[in-house]
Amino acid sequence: MTSIALVAASEVLSPLDGGWFLDNAWLAPVVPTIGFFLIVLFGKKLPKKGSEIGVLSLAASLVLALGAAWQWIARVGSAGEEQFVSPVVHTWTWWQAGGVQFTIGQHIDGLSVIVLVVVAFISTLVQIYSLEYLRGDRRYTHFFAALTLFSAGMLAMVIAEDMILFLLGWEIMGLCSFMLIGHWWEDGANSRAALKAFFTVRTGDVGLLVGIAMLFFAANDWTTSNLGLSGFSIRGISAWALSGEPNSTVILLAAIALFIACIGKSGQFPLHTWLPDAMAGPTPVSSLLHSSTMVVAGVFLVARLYPVFFTGLDILGPSSNVIMIIAAITIVIAAALAFVQTDIKRVLAYSTVSQLGYMMLGLGAGAWLPAVFHIFTHAFFKACLFLCAGSISHSASHHSFDMKKDMGGLRRHMPITFASWVVSTLALCGVFPFSGFFSKDEIIDNVGANGYSLFMVIGLGGAFLTAAYMTRATYLTFFGAPRGAAAGEHDAHATHDAHDSHDAHGAHATHATHATHDGHDAHAGPHESGPLITVPIAILAVLAIGAGLFNATPFGESWEYLKRWVEPRAVVVVEPRAGGPGESLVFSATAVTATPIASAPSAEEGHSKSPCGSEAPSEGVCFAPQVNHAKFKWSKALLSLAIVFAGIAASWLLSVAFYGRRDPRLVGLTQRNGVARVGYRLLANKYYLDDLYERGVVANVAGPISRAAYWFNQNVLDGILHMVARVARSVATVVYRDIDQRLVDGAVNASADATKAAGTTVQPIQSGCVGQYGALLFATAAVAALVFVILNT
Amino acid sequence: MFAAELLVAQNIGFAVIALLMIVGALRVVTTSNVVHAALWLVVVLSGAAAQYVLLAAEFVAVTQVLVYIGAVMVLFLFGTMLTRARIGTERDLNNPYWRLGIPVAGLLFAAMAIATVSSFGDEQLPADARVVSVAEISDQIFGPYLLPFWALSFVLLAAIIGAIVLARKD
Amino acid sequence: MLTSQFLLLGAILFCIGVYGVIARKNAVLVLMSIELILNSVNINLLAFALRNGSADGHTFALYIIAVAAAEVGVGLALVLLVYRNRRSISLDELSEMRG
Repeated sequence: MTSIALVAASEVLSPLDGGWFLDNAWLAPVVPTIGFFLIVLFGKKLPKKGSEIGVLSLAASLVLALGAAWQWIARVGSAGEEQFVSPVVHTWTWWQAGGVQFTIGQHIDGLSVIVLVVVAFISTLVQIYSLEYLRGDRRYTHFFAALTLFSAGMLAMVIAEDMILFLLGWEIMGLCSFMLIGHWWEDGANSRAALKAFFTVRTGDVGLLVGIAMLFFAANDWTTSNLGLSGFSIRGISAWALSGEPNSTVILLAAIALFIACIGKSGQFPLHTWLPDAMAGPTPVSSLLHSSTMVVAGVFLVARLYPVFFTGLDILGPSSNVIMIIAAITIVIAAALAFVQTDIKRVLAYSTVSQLGYMMLGLGAGAWLPAVFHIFTHAFFKACLFLCAGSISHSASHHSFDMKKDMGGLRRHMPITFASWVVSTLALCGVFPFSGFFSKDEIIDNVGANGYSLFMVIGLGGAFLTAAYMTRATYLTFFGAPRGAAAGEHDAHATHDAHDSHDAHGAHATHATHATHDGHDAHAGPHESGPLITVPIAILAVLAIGAGLFNATPFGESWEYLKRWVEPRAVVVVEPRAGGPGESLVFSATAVTATPIASAPSAEEGHSKSPCGSEAPSEGVCFAPQVNHAKFKWSKALLSLAIVFAGIAASWLLSVAFYGRRDPRLVGLTQRNGVARVGYRLLANKYYLDDLYERGVVANVAGPISRAAYWFNQNVLDGILHMVARVARSVATVVYRDIDQRLVDGAVNASADATKAAGTTVQPIQSGCVGQYGALLFATAAVAALVFVILNT
Repeated sequence: MFAAELLVAQNIGFAVIALLMIVGALRVVTTSNVVHAALWLVVVLSGAAAQYVLLAAEFVAVTQVLVYIGAVMVLFLFGTMLTRARIGTERDLNNPYWRLGIPVAGLLFAAMAIATVSSFGDEQLPADARVVSVAEISDQIFGPYLLPFWALSFVLLAAIIGAIVLARKD
Repeated sequence: MLTSQFLLLGAILFCIGVYGVIARKNAVLVLMSIELILNSVNINLLAFALRNGSADGHTFALYIIAVAAAEVGVGLALVLLVYRNRRSISLDELSEMRG
């Protein structure tokens, strides 16, 4: 440690490259925002109903993002080997009140750049896809407006310099997801799903607000005096979390509050229930929101404020932390749920939940880079899978997503969709050399290498389940005999259920373009979709194969591009004190000197806490914790590959036997075998979580309270004397029963009566008279004030 | 010498106005005639304006007179006239549980009185206080407190629209 | 002049206002009581402004006056609406909120 500091002092650091795209990356969210307003104001008058603005603005964002990525790579290249690559930061004062100043700005580093590129890329492709998929929809313009604003929200969140902008982007996404999921709101099921998504996510959002507020009040003094940054600044919070200053309880609570927000947004157990229901939205929405952007926001939050979680939850510590436990539960239960779904999009939704669990598991176990890498690869193959599902429903199954009723044998009719689906499925399962293999295997590998063997086993089990349920879905969709709409039966769609919302709104029947619109021509039987649909799918499929090469650990160090470009270097940064509070601190390469921390010799394997993680840097600050990287071994990879192939094989054989040959030993097993029946019921009812939330929480908590309140009201009318008499009587009853029936059911009755009597005392609260409410309010305030006065004097 | 006399005068002024305000306030909450209550409220509000002058807040005092006595009171009188046909004494202005208010108000006053006396005791206000100028207040409003000002503008706008929407006949 | 004399005056007015809010049934009278409460707060703010020699209290007093004006406007509009619908503005008849 001491010798290192000396090295650094004498070392001359090379200046970092900048560039126009890096300096102006903030334009990436601004352009779609402007696009949104243009669509809303003028969209309906334009020849393409506003869709061209949406596509163009996101294409512009994509160009900006790619330019920023290019220049970021150059910037990393220009830095020395152990030099801290400072983020490109620009801040502006947003507003100020009473001496508190709020800034808004961009913070571009490796993580921002990679997510920026992914979001802009997928958004652009999804917009192109939607041109065809939603053609003739009655709210075509609104759809593109909401989709564009949604992307703008995500992009703003990604580049946010401070938690205020982060929160803004986060909430814009929440709102837009509500609008998009409920796009076909005429159907009650869709608007219910939209509300469910909105409220479930909002439940978690409370945690984000609380967490941001806690971090601000805890960190503001330190960041202002040491860095000249406000307590909202992400850099400030990161440095503060690693400085050794924070009180461990405060930062633990803040980390947990923030993680609750991630649970809501990223569909982690137990708030994952909204995600599958959110499939009620149009398929492009599912593809954009629920595979690659919105649900990734929670994972991104953890990755972005990683130092807070690292310190607060003691990641890489000896015991497992809450992130890992939640993530492990999520991986397994979501994968199991995917087996009993008949709706192809729901299979994918549960698969997303499960994959998000992997990302969280990686973050919780200290595998930061593999988790971010998995965001990257997962975005491509999952978006591709969703778009394939959309393509099937669009052109083959007559807008049904039911695999059992309306699909089967489609591989002959839809070669491009089929090939893309298979490629993406293999990527999702983690088959070498598709992209999912590299990222997922790296997560599992690192979890094991950091000493969490149990979680590694869960990860491997999850991989088995993933392979199995995806094989089942593939078999049902593309193999076997065609069924329902896929077999050309048109009558069936009169009895379609909630998901084929297209028809329910008469979008086809009423729209004039329908006749010339071959993509929708259902009467020709199943066929391949048009180029606007297949080209985005094909591009994504290519990336599903190739994206893994960006960090292909099996091929050696030189292939680990993302490790060089994205992972922040855990070095101590010594910098001059910035000016007064509020003045923005622009990192300039010349002003920053870096002290490299010797990576611990054991960092390759096993479990060692680095100086940046476990103790405060002595001089200067540290913006990123040191994490270890597992050494890739083919033996471990072969094990996980074997598990994946076992999953595929087992599921294939079962699917062929069950769905293909209708093997009598399997058909009806859930009726005959008790264990199978219980398991199936549990899964089919989603572990009864929805029941718990709706019937359990709503009925058992809200109901009794209102009933008790009503009961009390009856008594208020009779006045205080009557009430006193009633209390006395119930007390007397308690005594009576205690003496008389003590042996039989005394305890039960006593507790029930005690509850009743306690209720009686709070009864007058619900009188409905405003004056009484006021009296109670002021009396409470007075009593509280008196207590404070007495305590203070 | 002059200052001391002025202070005496100020204290006497305070006492007289304060007494008037308290009596007025009590009448507002006890009178059985709504119009009388409104007029007693005028007394209280004018007294408050006078107290603001004593506290060297001339601009606020003028605003108080303009806004409260000029506008709010007219609103109250119109509200009274529009909501009841009869102007005069009536019995039924109090809640059946109006006695509940006395202990609550007493408790609250006890809390505040104890806190005030124990914290400030016989601390004197600065006798040579300068008058806060309008320019200074405007610097405050359009400087550090600009954001609340904006928020307030929206509140007023919303109130105007809301009042129109609520009160119009349709 | 003492600081506490103004604060006590404010406290007295506040408590009278609170009494009015609790005891009065007529909605217009309740609004008047609220005006008493708001004015008592203003007296406190200005007393502290004088004591600390700052203009912040003045600013907030002005804001409170503006908010009070808005509140009276909306409040009386509500009262009018209630009166139009029920031919009465006594608050104890408006007890639909009862649980």
